[in-house]
Amino acid sequence: MTSSVSHANAAPAAHEHEHHDSGSQTVLGFWLYLMTDCILFATAFASYAVLYRNIATGPAGHEIFELPYVAVETAALLLSSLTYGLAMICGHQGKRQAVLGWLAVTFAFGAVFIGMEVNEFHKLIAEGHGPNVSAFLSAFFGLVGLHGLHVTAGLVWMAVMMLEVARRGLGERTLVRLSCLSLFWHFLDIVWICVFTIVYLKGVL
Amino acid sequence: MFGKLTLDAIPFHEPIVMGALGGAGLIGLLVLAAITKYRKWGYLWTEWLTSVDHKRIGVMYIAVALVMLLRGFADALMMRTQLAMATDGAMGVFPPSHYDQVFTAHGVIMIIFMAMPFMTGLMNIVVPQQIGARDVAFPFLNSLSFYLLVAAAALVNLSLGVGNFARTGWVAYPPLAELAFSPDVGVDYYTWALQISGIGTTLTAVNFLVTVLRMRAPGMKLMQMPIFTWTCTWANVLIVASFPILTGALAMLSLDRYLDFHFFTAEAGGNAMMYLNLFWAWGHPEVYILVLPAFGIFSEVVSTFTGKRLFGHTSMIIASGVISVLGFMVWLHHFFTMGSGANVNAFFGIATMVISVPTGVKLFNWLFTIFRGRLRFEVPILWTLGFMVTFTIGGMTGVLMAVPGADFVLHNSLFLIAHFHNTIIGGAVFGYLAGFTYWFPKVFGFRLEPKLGKAAFWFWQIGFYFAFMPLYILGFLGMTRRLNHTNNPAWDIWLYVALFGALLIACGIGCQLLQLGVSIWQRKKLVDQTGDPWNGHTLEWSIPSPPPSYNFAVLPQVQDIDAFTDMKEKGTAYAKPASYAPIHMPRNTAAGVWIGGFTLALGFALIWHIWWLAIVGLVGIVGSMLARAYDDDRDFYIQPAEIEATERAAAERRALAATSA
Repeated sequence: MTSSVSHANAAPAAHEHEHHDSGSQTVLGFWLYLMTDCILFATAFASYAVLYRNIATGPAGHEIFELPYVAVETAALLLSSLTYGLAMICGHQGKRQAVLGWLAVTFAFGAVFIGMEVNEFHKLIAEGHGPNVSAFLSAFFGLVGLHGLHVTAGLVWMAVMMLEVARRGLGERTLVRLSCLSLFWHFLDIVWICVFTIVYLKGVL
Repeated sequence: MFGKLTLDAIPFHEPIVMGALGGAGLIGLLVLAAITKYRKWGYLWTEWLTSVDHKRIGVMYIAVALVMLLRGFADALMMRTQLAMATDGAMGVFPPSHYDQVFTAHGVIMIIFMAMPFMTGLMNIVVPQQIGARDVAFPFLNSLSFYLLVAAAALVNLSLGVGNFARTGWVAYPPLAELAFSPDVGVDYYTWALQISGIGTTLTAVNFLVTVLRMRAPGMKLMQMPIFTWTCTWANVLIVASFPILTGALAMLSLDRYLDFHFFTAEAGGNAMMYLNLFWAWGHPEVYILVLPAFGIFSEVVSTFTGKRLFGHTSMIIASGVISVLGFMVWLHHFFTMGSGANVNAFFGIATMVISVPTGVKLFNWLFTIFRGRLRFEVPILWTLGFMVTFTIGGMTGVLMAVPGADFVLHNSLFLIAHFHNTIIGGAVFGYLAGFTYWFPKVFGFRLEPKLGKAAFWFWQIGFYFAFMPLYILGFLGMTRRLNHTNNPAWDIWLYVALFGALLIACGIGCQLLQLGVSIWQRKKLVDQTGDPWNGHTLEWSIPSPPPSYNFAVLPQVQDIDAFTDMKEKGTAYAKPASYAPIHMPRNTAAGVWIGGFTLALGFALIWHIWWLAIVGLVGIVGSMLARAYDDDRDFYIQPAEIEATERAAAERRALAATSA
C-alpha cells in the first residue's frame, strides 16, 4: 500500500493490482460518481430551461430575485472553495492544525451560504411564492434546492472529516477522503456558477 | 403513528391476491424452516449474505433475478389468461383496477428486477475473472449495490400485500401518475422502488468501470479485454450516463406528489411531455444496457463452441460503442405521435434505423465466426442460434416502426408489444440463459444437465413464436396495448394462440427449474474437475471451478485477446510458479445488509408517510455508513501455505480428470 493520491494517476493499471481501496482507485471512482451527479444536475437545469417561462399566476424571476443578496451568497461559496484548497495544501504538508483551521473556515462559509439560501426560500414561501404556485417556481426550488441539499451533505461530511483529522491525524486514508470531499466541494462550486448565471443573472436580465 | 397505513391496506377481499400471498408465504416459510432444520443460518450469513466476494454477490443477484422472473412471469400468465377469457364482451377474472396493477408490475419487474439483476449477476461473476483480477475495485460497494436492489425488490413485493402497486403502466406517465389521478400509494411504491434500485445500479456501474480501468491483469490492453467484458463496459458507460436522468425524473414526480410541485402536472404550467422525454432519455439507453452484455455472451459462446477465435474482435468493440452512442440519440421514437413535427421525427427515425448497421455488423461477425468452424451443439449455442434468428426478426420490426408514418398506425398497438418482447426476450433473456448455462460449471464446479436444458430451449423458442407472433397480427388488426377486455371476434383466435404460447414458455421455465434441481442432484456425475469444460478462450477458464476466493494465485501475464487460448497454444497454461506471495483480501461485512434494511424502512416509510420511521431509516443509513467508514478491521492476507495447498489440490483434480478422460 504505497500509492498516494498525488502520484497515483500516473501509475500503470497493473501496479495497482494487489490493492483494495487504494487511493487512486477511490478518487477515480468518486470522480465517476460526480459525473453521474453532473448529469443529475443537467437534468434539473434542462427542466428549468423548459419550465422557466411557465409562471402561471405567479411572479417571474426578475420580480423575486435580489441580485446583491445572491452575490453575497455566491461570494461565500466561492471563498469556501479557496479555503478548502488551502486546507488540502496544508494536508499534503502534514499540518494537522492548519487543516483543521481551514476546514473550519470552509465550513463557516458553507454554513453562511446554506443559511442565506434557507432564508431566501423562507422569504419566498412566506410571500406566497412557494413551489406550488407555478412550474417556474417548482423548477427554481427544485434546482436550487438540489444544489442546497448537496452543500448540506457536504457540510455534514466536512464535520465528520474534521473529527477524523482531529482524532486520527492525516493518514493516507484520511487524505484520500479529504481529496474526495475536495472534488465534491469544488464541483458544487462549479454547479453554483451555472445556477447563478442561468437562474439568477438570466432571471433579472 | 402509521401515517396512511391502516388494516384496510391489506386486500383481504381479493381472493386471487390472498391466494398468491398465501402461496408465496407458504413457500417462504418452508424455505426458512429448511434452513433452520439443517442449521444453515450461520453458513448463509457468514459465507453468503455478508460476503463481498464478487462471485457470491453475482450468484445472489441471479437468485433474486430468478425469483423475480417467476413473479413477473406469473403476471404474464395472468394477463394472457385474462385476455383469452375476456373476449366478446366477457369480463374475465381481473377487474381493471387489479389488471392495471398486473401489467404495470409485469413490466417493472421484468426490466428492473429480472433482467437488470440477471445481467448484473453475470457481470459480477465473470468480468473480474476475465480481466485477471481478484475482485472488483470496491468490494463493499458491490455488496451495498446488491442490498439496495434487494430493498427495492422487497418494496415491489410488499405492494402485493400492503396497499397496491401503480396502475399506470411501467412508464408511469403523468398526468395519470400525478396525485390527482393516482391518489393511492401505488405510484409511490413504483417511484421509490425504481429510485432505490437505480442508485444501486449506478454504484455498480461506477464500480465496474473503475475495475476494468484499473485492475486488468498485467499486459492486458484495453482493446484486448474479452468481448463480454467490453460489452459490459459499454453498458456501464450507458448506466452512468442515463440512470441519473431517471433519478431526476422520478424525483420531480415525487416532488409533484409529495410537496405539490408542478413539474409535470396539467395545471400551473407543468409540462407532462418533459417527463416523457426524461423517462425515455433513460429508457432507451436502458434497453441497450440490457442487450449489449447479452451480445457479449453470444460472442463468447459462438467463439467457444465453434472452436475458433471471434471474428472481428475490434469491430465488435467499435460496433458496441456505436450502438451505445446512437442509443442516446433515438429516445423520441417512443413518442413520434405526440406532435414533435415532421423534421424532428425524421431525425429520430433515421437515427433509429442507423442502429441496425452496427447491429448487423455484429450479426455478420457471429456468422463469420461460425463459418468453417466445427459447431458443437451444446445448450449455450442453441440459445445463441435461436437468438440470431429471433432477434433479427425483432430488429426488422423495429426498423419498420422507426418509420414515423408507420409508427402512427402501430404506436401503442400490440405490434409494439410484440416488437420489444421480440428483442428483449430474443436478445437479452436468451443471452442471459445462454450465459447461465455457459458459466454455471465455472461457478459451481458441475455442469447443468443438458437434456433438460435442450428441452427448456425448445419450449422457450417455440413458445416464444406462438406467444408473440400473434401479437404482431393483433397489432395490424388494431388491438391496442393495456386492454382489460375486448369485443372483437376477429381477435379471439390470436389471443388463444398467444395464451398457448405463454403456456409453452411456462413449460420451458419449468424445465429450467427441473434442470437446476436434477443437476444439483446429479452433481457428482456432472462434475467438471478441469475448470475448463468447454475449451474456453478467456482467463476465467484458466482457474479451478469453483474458483478460490482469490481467483488467481498469481496474476496472469496477458499477451493476446484470447489470453487462455494463447497460453494453451504456447504450453504455458497451468504453469506452477516458484512461490506464492500473500494475497490481500477484503473481509466480509454486514454493513451492506444493514444499509439495505434501513433503506427498505426508509422507502416503506416514505410511501406510507410514516415520518418517524423515515427518520429512523435515514439516521440508520448514515450511521451504518459511518460505522463502516471507521471500521478498521476490513482486510486480511491469505498466506502462501494456504494458497499452495489450494492450488495443489486443484492441480491434482485436473490431472485426475486428464487421466480418466
